[in-house]
Amino acid sequence: MQDINAIVEEAASAVNAADDLSTLEKIRVRYLGKKSEFTAILKSLGSLSAEERPKVGSLVNEAKQSIQQNIAMRTDSLKQAQLNQQLQQETIDITLPGRGVKRGALHPVTRTQQRIEKIFAQLGFNVETGPEIETEAYNFDALNIPTHHPARAMMDTFYFPDNLLLRTHTSPVQIRYMQEQQPPLRMIAPGRVYRSDSDVTHTPMFHQVEGLLVDENTSFADLKGLLQEFMQCFFEKSLTMRFRASYFPFTEPSAEVDIECVKCTGKGCRICSDTGWLEVLGCGMVHPNVLEWVGIDSEKYLGYAFGLGIDRMAMLRYGIDDLRLLFDNDLRLLKQF
Amino acid sequence: MKFSETWLREHINPALDTNALAEQMTQAGLQVDSVQAVAADFSNILVGQVLSVERHPDADKLSVCKVTVGDEEPLQIVCGASNVRPEMKVPTAIVGAKIGKDFKIKKSKLRGVQSCGMLCSATELGLAETANGIYELPQDAPVGQDVREYLQLDDTMIDVELTPNRGDCLSIVGLARDVAVLNNLEYQPPIIRSIPASIDDKPSIQLHAPEHCARYVGRIIRGICLDATTPLWLQERLRRSGIRSIDPVVDVTNYVMLELGQPMHAFDLKMIDKGIHVRLAAQKETLTLLDDTELTLSSEDLVIADDKKALALAGVMGGLHSGVNSDTQDILLESAYFAAEPLALTARRYGLHTDSSHRYERGVDFSLQAKAMERATELLLDIVGGQAGSVTETLEPDALPSLPNINVRHSRIERVLGYEVETANVVRILQQLGMKVAEEAPQWSVIPPSYRYDIRLEVDCVEEVGRVIGYDQIPYGQGLLDAQLKPVPEENIAHSSIRQLLVDRDYMEAITYSFVNNAIQQVIAPDVTAIQLLNPISQDMSVMRTSMWPGLIQAMLYNLNRQQSRIRLFELGLCFSQTKEGIQQVPNIGGLCLGPKLDEQWASKASPVDFYDIKSDVQALLVMTGFAQSQFQWQATKHTALHPGQGADVLKEGKIIGHVGALHPAIKQKLGIKANLWLFELNLQAIDNAQLPKFATLSKYPAIRRDIAVVIDEKLTAAELELIVQQEASELLVDLTLFDVYHGENLPKGQKSIALGMLLQHSERTLQDGEVNDLMDRVVNKLQQEMGAVLRE
Repeated sequence: MQDINAIVEEAASAVNAADDLSTLEKIRVRYLGKKSEFTAILKSLGSLSAEERPKVGSLVNEAKQSIQQNIAMRTDSLKQAQLNQQLQQETIDITLPGRGVKRGALHPVTRTQQRIEKIFAQLGFNVETGPEIETEAYNFDALNIPTHHPARAMMDTFYFPDNLLLRTHTSPVQIRYMQEQQPPLRMIAPGRVYRSDSDVTHTPMFHQVEGLLVDENTSFADLKGLLQEFMQCFFEKSLTMRFRASYFPFTEPSAEVDIECVKCTGKGCRICSDTGWLEVLGCGMVHPNVLEWVGIDSEKYLGYAFGLGIDRMAMLRYGIDDLRLLFDNDLRLLKQF
Repeated sequence: MKFSETWLREHINPALDTNALAEQMTQAGLQVDSVQAVAADFSNILVGQVLSVERHPDADKLSVCKVTVGDEEPLQIVCGASNVRPEMKVPTAIVGAKIGKDFKIKKSKLRGVQSCGMLCSATELGLAETANGIYELPQDAPVGQDVREYLQLDDTMIDVELTPNRGDCLSIVGLARDVAVLNNLEYQPPIIRSIPASIDDKPSIQLHAPEHCARYVGRIIRGICLDATTPLWLQERLRRSGIRSIDPVVDVTNYVMLELGQPMHAFDLKMIDKGIHVRLAAQKETLTLLDDTELTLSSEDLVIADDKKALALAGVMGGLHSGVNSDTQDILLESAYFAAEPLALTARRYGLHTDSSHRYERGVDFSLQAKAMERATELLLDIVGGQAGSVTETLEPDALPSLPNINVRHSRIERVLGYEVETANVVRILQQLGMKVAEEAPQWSVIPPSYRYDIRLEVDCVEEVGRVIGYDQIPYGQGLLDAQLKPVPEENIAHSSIRQLLVDRDYMEAITYSFVNNAIQQVIAPDVTAIQLLNPISQDMSVMRTSMWPGLIQAMLYNLNRQQSRIRLFELGLCFSQTKEGIQQVPNIGGLCLGPKLDEQWASKASPVDFYDIKSDVQALLVMTGFAQSQFQWQATKHTALHPGQGADVLKEGKIIGHVGALHPAIKQKLGIKANLWLFELNLQAIDNAQLPKFATLSKYPAIRRDIAVVIDEKLTAAELELIVQQEASELLVDLTLFDVYHGENLPKGQKSIALGMLLQHSERTLQDGEVNDLMDRVVNKLQQEMGAVLRE
């Protein structure tokens, strides 16, 4: 008996002292294996009385179970320690930057153009494009701008031989669209336009989006409504607007539209030259001569059209203070978008 | 058009302050650009008279003057101006006067002599930018009167930017007419006195080109004295309208032009050889203009000529030969109606723009000529004296513009504006605008006045009604439109998606000018015929781009010069070229990469971008189309701008759709670029339409992968190898992966090893080892036959 208890105690202290799994395995073999002392005791059971035999037998089993338990517990704790150690060893600096690529950026003018397109697309306006080298017929004649008209001189046009030119507005796209489609029509034409002008506030190329709606029932009041919705969507706030009488050969009546300065909300600042207003677009009811030129009955149908500068909208939206920066393609600017 | 507010208010004086008036005009389409005070801000400057002038005892350039401003005791004022003399009247700032915000006149001593005020120049009064000495007032200026009051300086200069349709507002009378209507006021234009003839002289005038000039009014005035000076009030009105005073004759013609809108011209009578002929110029006829420009005329130009020669370019500028000068004693005054269209073309032909041509191009009232002549005569006789002959009018009535009879419907006004204007209001507005309105609502017959060339259609009248009631009166209507659903072809790839793909792959979008430097373009695309601009803005922007590369390379150089070493740019847009079929305008997408693959970082070694990086970007665009990659062929490039060994032409269905590769070393050298530059350009139309996905049944049977490595000649391409494998294994091959390329040791010189992974599968049964082995043998044999490939054990 003494022996068994002593063995159990001895085993227990060995187990507790074991600090790795292989030592523990050796201990298991030593105390529970085929050559262990318990095996010897069990082999010697035959020499015991019939009374003592089961007693000793069960004492041995209990002892073995107890050792087994100790080993299992010790195994778990050693495994846990080993895992902990592994985790610790595998710990990395998760604050280092991720490998790989940074993202590029859309040009602010494209970004603005896409935003404008999205707003009008929601209202069912098709986005259309057209040639940039145009004929005088599409750029001027179709738009009710006859040869001698001061409006032709007004726009400093880039010319090519054979009466070809760089379009001075995207309105020719509207003409082509009206020729191809039957009313009712809704479309916008964003794109590059060109005027021979280069100074602090003019670049010889810039971007415009023109819109057109032709329907049996529409009016100047509806045009005002549409533009108000658009401006408020674009700037994400309600804005005071002002419609001033103006003149474009291709619309009648025509208006210039001012919005309250988005920077100073109308108080007056550098952006709005202290007027509190920003001139942002021109618009009007499509001139009957324009409708007739493309073969639309101007008695039956009315239309409205509008045009705004995308570059200017981008500058206002993002606070860019120099138009010319837009076409330098300086990475330090592009990276900001 | 710049004008004096006071002058306008003499004609029409609405109960509005300056700002409100400017605002009202702006709203109504007469856009006010600026409002400026006509003089500096000053007080206590009075009309003074110099009584005596003495030399300053201690300063050569100073005078000590006694000046009266009406008080008993004259003021002693030290003055530095050289033009000061006794008797002259001059603006005198008395002690306590303020000029501007900070300058106050005090009693002071100048070199020991007491000075109690200051004699002022035009600069100090804010009447001119520069001045020579003190400002001399007319002798009849009342001593002691406040100069502000005397010169009517409590006035503003208002500059309106008139749209080209409003030629009728290029005069005080025209502006007054419009302002009157806006304020619902009656306006009576000034009554013009007829000046009876006191001599018999009558010019002979013949109109040879009535469609250019249908009315010509002439008058001879003899015995004028050009020593006279233009009265100050008239000079001031001209100045406040932005016109310089020249001599009394020119000043008067300019004044009448500003007041009534009729451009006029004066000829020196003695230079005219007999009669006046208003005729078209002979081809190559020459004329020297007042500003010394020598013109060689075309037969479409109208000239005023005498029996022998052209005297003036009609309505644009007078000739030097017949111009009025200080010796002139007798003049012929001209007041004519010239048609807008041909005159505009003439002015444009010679790049001329004068106050006169500006008005004629926009349309001068064809009923105004005689009135203007009377008005000018009246003013001239007052100033320069002389004897006037009778007003001689030559007219071709049939060639005058005809006034349309316009049918205006009340319903149409409401339909166009989306707002109902009462009939009474419509009639009032149209009538006040000078239109003859006949018949009763709901529709009228309207004839516009002779000065409104912009009113020809019903919609023009609608616009006038809307403009006068004010666009702000018209409510905001239906902005949100009814939904309209339209089918959108799924095959279309939005350009926004294409852009986004490159943005996600770390490219910055550029927008470069569509016109580029011809020299750079020639280096990059010598074989393409570029389209030249006739009137480029500079050499750097003289031809339309035929490729995205010149612009992108310029943007790259711009950034290289600003310390950037890693540059990745792309751009979408049209490229232009001249071909036999005509002008081509093709949308392209181009890009460039320079510098390391990745921004400098700890996790991977810096390595420069290579061909396979940029090919990967291009392939990503091709993959987006949904077409199998095998539909696109990559061939060694023939593009002269690319390195022939590191460039590819990309083909689809046998047609080149783009180019990818390294910029040719020789071009790099020419452009002074040191780093390796990788470029791509694709025809956008080849990649912006997609193949729709089509479902293929999934095989239930397992796939078998077999790898082979073969050794082939270095010069043979992977594409050739893959093609043979695909053809030979086509019925079972579901995927082919090229997973290794090896050069070097263990291989004969000039050879390379390529390893391919073949994934084989049958759709209807499990593949047997035997048939797979047979297939592999066939593939290897074929490779050996076709390419001399040796299986690598």
